[in-house]
Amino acid sequence: METPLLEMRGITKVYPNGVVANRDVNFSLRAGEIHALAGENGAGKSTLMKMIFGMEEPSEGEIYIRGEKTRLLSPQDAIDRGIGMVHQHFMLVPSFTVAENMVLGMEPRKGLGIHYAEAVRMTEDTARKYNLAVDPKAKVEDLSVGMKQKVEILKALLRGAQILILDEPTAVLTPQETEELFRELQQLKEHGHTIVFISHKLKEVKAICDRITILRGGRSEGVFQTSEVTEQEISRLMVGRDVVLKYDKSKLNMQAPVLTVENLSVNDSQGRALLNNISFSVHSGQIVGIAGVEGNGQRELMDVLTGGLRSGASRGTVRVQDTEIREANILTIRNLGVSYIPEDRMSQGSAGEASISDNLISTHYRSKTLNNGVFLRASKIASMAAELIEAFKIRCSGPKQPIGMLSGGNMQKVVVARECSANPKLLIAEQPTRGVDVGAAQLIHEKLLELRENQGAIVLVSADLNEVLEISDRLLVMYEGEIVADMEDPSSLSEEELGLYMLGIKRQEPQHIRRTMNDVEV
Amino acid sequence: MNGLDSLLNVILTTDFAFSVLRVTTPILFAALGALISNRAGIINIGMEGIMLVSALAGVIISSYTQSAWVGLLGAVLAGTLIAGLLAFFTLKFKTHVILGGIAINMFASGGTVFLLYLLSGDKGSSTSLASKVLPSVDIPLLKDIPVLGPILSGHHILTYVSIAAVFAVYYLLKRTSLGLRIRSVGENPHAAQSVGVSVVRIQYMALLLSGFFAGLGGAYMSMGYLSLFTRDMIAGRGWIAIAAESMGRSTTVGTALTSLLFGAADALANAFQVLKIPAELIATLPYAATVIGLILYAVSETRKKNRKVKSPLAK
Amino acid sequence: MLKSKYFEVIRTTAVILIALAIAFLIIALVSENPVKTIAIFLFEPLNSVGHIGNVIEMAIPLMFTGLAVSLLFRANMFNLGAEGIFYFSGVVASAIAIHWSLGGLIHPVVAILAGSIVGAILSAIPGILKAKWNANELVTSLMFNNILFGIGLYLLNYQLRDAKAFANVSFKFEKTALLDKLIPGTRIHTGLIIVLGLIVLAHFFLYKTKWGYELRMTGANRSFARYSGMKTAKVIVLVHLIAGFIAGMGGSIEVLGMYTRFQWTALPGYGLDGALVAMLAKNNPLSVIASALFLAYIRIGADLMARLSDVPAEMISIIQAVIILLISAEQFLKFWKNRMLLKEAREA
Repeated sequence: METPLLEMRGITKVYPNGVVANRDVNFSLRAGEIHALAGENGAGKSTLMKMIFGMEEPSEGEIYIRGEKTRLLSPQDAIDRGIGMVHQHFMLVPSFTVAENMVLGMEPRKGLGIHYAEAVRMTEDTARKYNLAVDPKAKVEDLSVGMKQKVEILKALLRGAQILILDEPTAVLTPQETEELFRELQQLKEHGHTIVFISHKLKEVKAICDRITILRGGRSEGVFQTSEVTEQEISRLMVGRDVVLKYDKSKLNMQAPVLTVENLSVNDSQGRALLNNISFSVHSGQIVGIAGVEGNGQRELMDVLTGGLRSGASRGTVRVQDTEIREANILTIRNLGVSYIPEDRMSQGSAGEASISDNLISTHYRSKTLNNGVFLRASKIASMAAELIEAFKIRCSGPKQPIGMLSGGNMQKVVVARECSANPKLLIAEQPTRGVDVGAAQLIHEKLLELRENQGAIVLVSADLNEVLEISDRLLVMYEGEIVADMEDPSSLSEEELGLYMLGIKRQEPQHIRRTMNDVEV
Repeated sequence: MNGLDSLLNVILTTDFAFSVLRVTTPILFAALGALISNRAGIINIGMEGIMLVSALAGVIISSYTQSAWVGLLGAVLAGTLIAGLLAFFTLKFKTHVILGGIAINMFASGGTVFLLYLLSGDKGSSTSLASKVLPSVDIPLLKDIPVLGPILSGHHILTYVSIAAVFAVYYLLKRTSLGLRIRSVGENPHAAQSVGVSVVRIQYMALLLSGFFAGLGGAYMSMGYLSLFTRDMIAGRGWIAIAAESMGRSTTVGTALTSLLFGAADALANAFQVLKIPAELIATLPYAATVIGLILYAVSETRKKNRKVKSPLAK
Repeated sequence: MLKSKYFEVIRTTAVILIALAIAFLIIALVSENPVKTIAIFLFEPLNSVGHIGNVIEMAIPLMFTGLAVSLLFRANMFNLGAEGIFYFSGVVASAIAIHWSLGGLIHPVVAILAGSIVGAILSAIPGILKAKWNANELVTSLMFNNILFGIGLYLLNYQLRDAKAFANVSFKFEKTALLDKLIPGTRIHTGLIIVLGLIVLAHFFLYKTKWGYELRMTGANRSFARYSGMKTAKVIVLVHLIAGFIAGMGGSIEVLGMYTRFQWTALPGYGLDGALVAMLAKNNPLSVIASALFLAYIRIGADLMARLSDVPAEMISIIQAVIILLISAEQFLKFWKNRMLLKEAREA
């Protein structure tokens, strides 16, 4: 067989904080193909592509371009070797014109200055050659998202890109723009370009890609001809379960509803629906899991539940017991007995330079047991910290150690310990075990179940399907801002079936989903 | 109304217009320097100190070489060098750029006196050093035109350079590849990096250029505005320049016009004394104007942000 | 196991040693008799009660501004307004010391409180602008320094100035307004007790009260504090009020403790020095005492050196600049810390 245009062999990438993003991955590109790279969030797609584009270096493994072993140390190296990348977040300077953005870093000169007319001509030439119409003199900040993406593609082509990497290009596009993009990609293919298309939208992958490489948990699940695999097979490979977690869960002992969401909608500034008429309830002693590919409305739902959304952005009702909280501020919500494990433990869930003890009390220091109105009760705090460190097996040199020096797993245990202590009525847990080691994850799961025993209500949002399937008493699946499936007894569910819902291939009948609503009326 | 009349009598003279240009020159130089570094996303608050060092360097070098031009070269090199020091610490050692700027100012205010004393035995001024002054220039033809002639002709050579510098900086930022890269680094460093532009290198260049312009401003102070160096002679002009750049919303034209406005306020301080408005209060006007400008800007930005509902892509 | 936790101490020591080495180098280059000059610089401040007194007198204003700036930096507020407030509150206290006549004990108390309250109010303005509209507190505070200086100088020249005096100084303060001297043979005044008391108070406030806790968390990570339910905007305004109060008190106490007339015709520089003190103290109130004393010590050393040898005292500002550049340099000696961390990780 011919030598691949680009080949990665045995690539492993370990970040300095110990996270393993890729493990022994092989990846190869044939000249002139459109190759899909599919996988869930966190499967290692972006890291793999960053290594091709010289933004990260592999810890182990080799990269070959046209059969020649290569090291790519910077984006410039990659550009020089004919690799271009269209990032998910556009790398454009908003106040510049299209032509200025096109030539940045390789400006044509005339005398001392930039030969602007030449830059415009270069832009027009490239645009004409690939049939991608743009206005070279328009300011980028005035362009639509689809147009900006075109500029990004042209930028790469102008720099001589033979291999073009597109990182989830359709995530930001309207359906019409997506169709246009596909036509353009076909044209590029006819021009002999090779395209890597990163996506988890299987319909799109099936529609335009020749081959597909599937990643899961940092490993490659193999490479296939797209025409020879079904969407179901792809979905199974993407979301299949590695190890089956098993916990001794007590029988569901559901009591009165704690959280009630009715007809909740959130729109963005262009009026696009991010959440569309969502209704569900969570009862005391119940864990409701929310699954879905990231970006399908979970973020907005969490924001509404935790007071993170600006007022006026949402419609509907959200009640904790009998109190409306849709527009309430964070403190009011917390005072109702709501706890929140945020998705990002570094930027939101902790203060890195502060001590473990300080981090443990940030949501409790207002209580009269921890202060006398003016002074904090140091001994109470010390004993509480000692207890939590013990109960959550937080590995540290003592409660005074800065939390920033702990490993990710231990840091997360501090966050979970803080939010689970003082028996919250409702716990919102967002990705509670993301990026933590197995031991920490297991402990966190046990603590969530313990809270459930004690009649706490829990909302669990997670991209880790093992987790949501095993821990939840009821599972909601979100797709494009709506609940498309509502399932009891999730642990008996097959991951294939779940994958079909998550990827929008299947959805339940509305009346089936409305059963949650009926609960509300009980 | 009598006071107002006498005020108008002062302001509506060619002498007054002439003096506006004269006092604007150092502010304009430093403001252009601040503009370039700000556009590269790095704020240089050491302008005051850099100007002071350059002013002294110009005096010392011109007195030793007995050449005003070599003195000017020395002043500009000194300014660039100090800015280079700031750049080295902030870009290489990651010193906080504001604290770095404070250090430069501290270094300059004491260090210049230290050096002056060592060389001249005087801590107050450089009277004992026979330093040179750069020439003033009469512009042929222009100088004979009534009204315009007395206002625009006969200025110090660096005053003309400062006006030319406005055009040069405008051209640099708008039309050259260095300018394009400076602006891209300030606005979206990731974009610059993704096309192989080295952010650190561009910021080095921008800081050196800011030192270059501050150096010209310093040279003007001791080899034009005055003909010697005196202790702390910059007297806040570096800060006014930073204020002018901020008021001018980081555009070349805005910065130049605000510099002129602040220069006029400076010249007016004397004129207003006729109206019994004290010079000390007039001197605060540029700063007060800048604070008000900042507040208006901050308020409008906050309103804009609040109007926008959270973007779906924001993580 | 945790050697890296001593890293900051080691680093600060290294910075001070480098700065002193540069001082010696400058002296060696400049002085005719370097050994003697260095000896004067290092030891003369301890040589008499008067000299020790000078160090402590100098340390008092540095402690005030160092404490004020420490609290601001602790809240992650980059505000350098202590400079202008220190000056302006000095003017306010002077005006009361000159124009009012009150009883011996009440007079200084009223003057100092007036200066402090004015300081708090002036400081709150950038704080409110920051909390409400996110206006850059650094730029507004720098501009405020110049505005306050202009207004203060105007008040000196037009309202307080003693035309009969030779220099540009105010009328004499009423005797009742002056602070008592504590130790005979020095000018050490009661301000020392006040500032030490304030520092201890600030220590308790910061580490023992719930408001101090909110301040520290807001400074460590504002979005974490907000997520935890704290009203961070209120915290920001509060810390500005406190810092302005302390800086204002410092300025008032300095003029009433050290002078008999108001005589600053330029910003005295204590506010920016306060930033240096705070940095050396790692924004820790109790450490402010040591770092202010250190800075005062090398300054008095330099003054004495200038008086007794051939090296001018302005050398010290070069040393200060070096300290600031190195102490705030994140990367300085970082490679060494990384090596320590790596070793610890391997041992763990």
